[in-house]
Amino acid sequence: MDLFHTIIALLESTIRVSVPLIFAALAGLFTERAGVFDIGLEGKMLGAAFAAGAVAAVSGSVMAGLLAAIVISVLLGLVHGYASITQRGSQIVSGVAINFVVAGSTVILGEAWFRQGGRTPALAGDARFQTVTFPFADAVKDVPVLGPVYSSLLSGHFVLTYFAFAMVPISWWILYRTRFGLRLRAVGENPGAVDTAGISVIWLRYRAVICAGILCGFAGAYLSLAMNAGFVKGMTAGKGYIALAALIFAKWRPVNIMLACLLFGFLDALAIRLQGNPLPLIGQVPVQLMQALPYILTVVLLAGFIGKAIPPKAGGIPYVKER
Amino acid sequence: MSNPYAKLPAWAEYGLIPLVNLVVAFLVAGLVVLLVGENPLNAAYHMINGAFGRGEYIGFTLYYATTFIFTGLSVAVAFHAGLFNIGSEGQAYIGGIGVALACLWLDKTMPWFIVLPVAIIGSAGFGALWAFLPGWLQAKRGSHIVITTIMFNFIASSIMVYLLTKVMKPLGSMATQTRTFEAGGQLPKLDWLLSIFGLNVGNAPFNVSFLLALVAAFGVWVLIWRTRFGYEMRTMGHSPSAARYAGISETRITIIVMMISGGLAGMMALNPIMGEQFRMQLDFVQGAGFVGIAVALMGRSHPAGIIPAAILFGMLYQGGAEIAFEMPSISRDMIVIIQGLVILFAGALENMFRPAIGRAFAAIGSRATAAAQTRGA
Repeated sequence: MDLFHTIIALLESTIRVSVPLIFAALAGLFTERAGVFDIGLEGKMLGAAFAAGAVAAVSGSVMAGLLAAIVISVLLGLVHGYASITQRGSQIVSGVAINFVVAGSTVILGEAWFRQGGRTPALAGDARFQTVTFPFADAVKDVPVLGPVYSSLLSGHFVLTYFAFAMVPISWWILYRTRFGLRLRAVGENPGAVDTAGISVIWLRYRAVICAGILCGFAGAYLSLAMNAGFVKGMTAGKGYIALAALIFAKWRPVNIMLACLLFGFLDALAIRLQGNPLPLIGQVPVQLMQALPYILTVVLLAGFIGKAIPPKAGGIPYVKER
Repeated sequence: MSNPYAKLPAWAEYGLIPLVNLVVAFLVAGLVVLLVGENPLNAAYHMINGAFGRGEYIGFTLYYATTFIFTGLSVAVAFHAGLFNIGSEGQAYIGGIGVALACLWLDKTMPWFIVLPVAIIGSAGFGALWAFLPGWLQAKRGSHIVITTIMFNFIASSIMVYLLTKVMKPLGSMATQTRTFEAGGQLPKLDWLLSIFGLNVGNAPFNVSFLLALVAAFGVWVLIWRTRFGYEMRTMGHSPSAARYAGISETRITIIVMMISGGLAGMMALNPIMGEQFRMQLDFVQGAGFVGIAVALMGRSHPAGIIPAAILFGMLYQGGAEIAFEMPSISRDMIVIIQGLVILFAGALENMFRPAIGRAFAAIGSRATAAAQTRGA
């Protein structure tokens, strides 16, 4: 029974840490499927988390915070779009630049506006997302096996958590069942053909970048308004890169993305839980190994040792209309 | 891809355009300073004074510049072969192992000029090893170098945390660092070099590795523009298909270039470990690998551009500390913003002002010819 409760607790924290990964990886899905590499997921998420924390602290409204997160993240996405789509600069260089500008400015602005060492003021009440409790969650808690699964694992998360998981089928539907999605995928594989059909490659890619901005906005807002009570400097701590790894690990497919994010989230949760506790049979596993595992797995996958990850064909190449 | 822009004179291409991009980056940074309620001109004054106002400050500026010359060269070498090595950070970090091992092994028995060559080989070797895998994976397995080097940065950081908490830390010590090196593991300062100019280096850790960085810069210039291998890698960087038709082995070039790039990044570790702290600490690279990206982009991947760009960033680091002291609301994170803006304007947006500058040159050119014609008539 004790083991069972441990597992439930582990899975619960897996879900908690996977949410920002899912949002960010889906964001990357939209841009990369449209042929725009996005190293800037980390920066967009961090900028959104800061905007959410700052605006929610000042206005006291969680929705204002969420809106600010989305606006900032979309604006950063548009900078990336302007540099890499309109000016045809290197998509990777532009993403790296955005990450640095955001990493620096969130600390400087946070310190100048709130003077709490790069934090935003702690949020409470209406300024923060509240957890949702499903009906009868308390009543069925003591039912063996199914009780804890229902009351701890399924119930008691934030609205954004459920929304993140809902975004997986929604993204699938948009990409594979709508005209916009078909064109978006086409523009990532063969932009010339899309252009020939009389559809603007530029505008399509901009729309993809905006979609990614919105999703990264949710990821950031989740970090500072739900998972934590406010913004802490550098709080994304590489999650944007893990999301990028998950995106590749999932071979640019929505449902695989959810599974990859859950796997990486599980490793993260496990690393925290195993700190100082030896594993049965294997003995003490260095925490650092657990933390590095998502990256190692991605490298192994990219090397083609577990299946083959084939990126969208036109990814990373700015589109030049024939002159 | 065809070059859609008119050809500009060399001084405009290599001088004016980077300068315009840099000025715009600093103007935007100035806006951030305004946003936090400080005067950008004051900030600029404190920065320049803090970087060059005294011999000691100049020593610190050049100390930081040494680090950035190495990482800038590392990124630039890869750029020439069309490879984007974001992994200089991790390669420098792993390179530290080579320096630390050499010093821990020899520092008590040998003088510094014996330890230094061993440390150079160690740092370059470990850095090259860490870059070999991404290079090999790109060349043989087709995995994207940008993604693998990002992943390798994180893996490197995990390895170093493990090594410094479990393996290389002296027994009974709490701090995550190696023991302090004896005299053999400490590089002499270049106080004589500054005293030629009548400056006193003071406490600044400006050391011999600066000269090594200059030698490395010259070596890179020779490699890229004066050797057959350099020609091959530039060919591959310009047009992989042309390189293939010419019978140049992409696999060989990719792997060797990545190892050179990793070796240069690894040598950066000499400067902080043997030149300043005399021990290997957690996180000693402090983002220098990423600064290398900005330095290489600003220096247009040419050693003659990288050295001034590295000194500029050295000035930002040293002067930035001075700003943080004088204006508490502007911490050293300001440098990270400037670094990002330089990468944005000198890298991703490098073509933004080119059409306008090209038009201006065309207009001046046609007016000059018109004037010459009227004079001739």
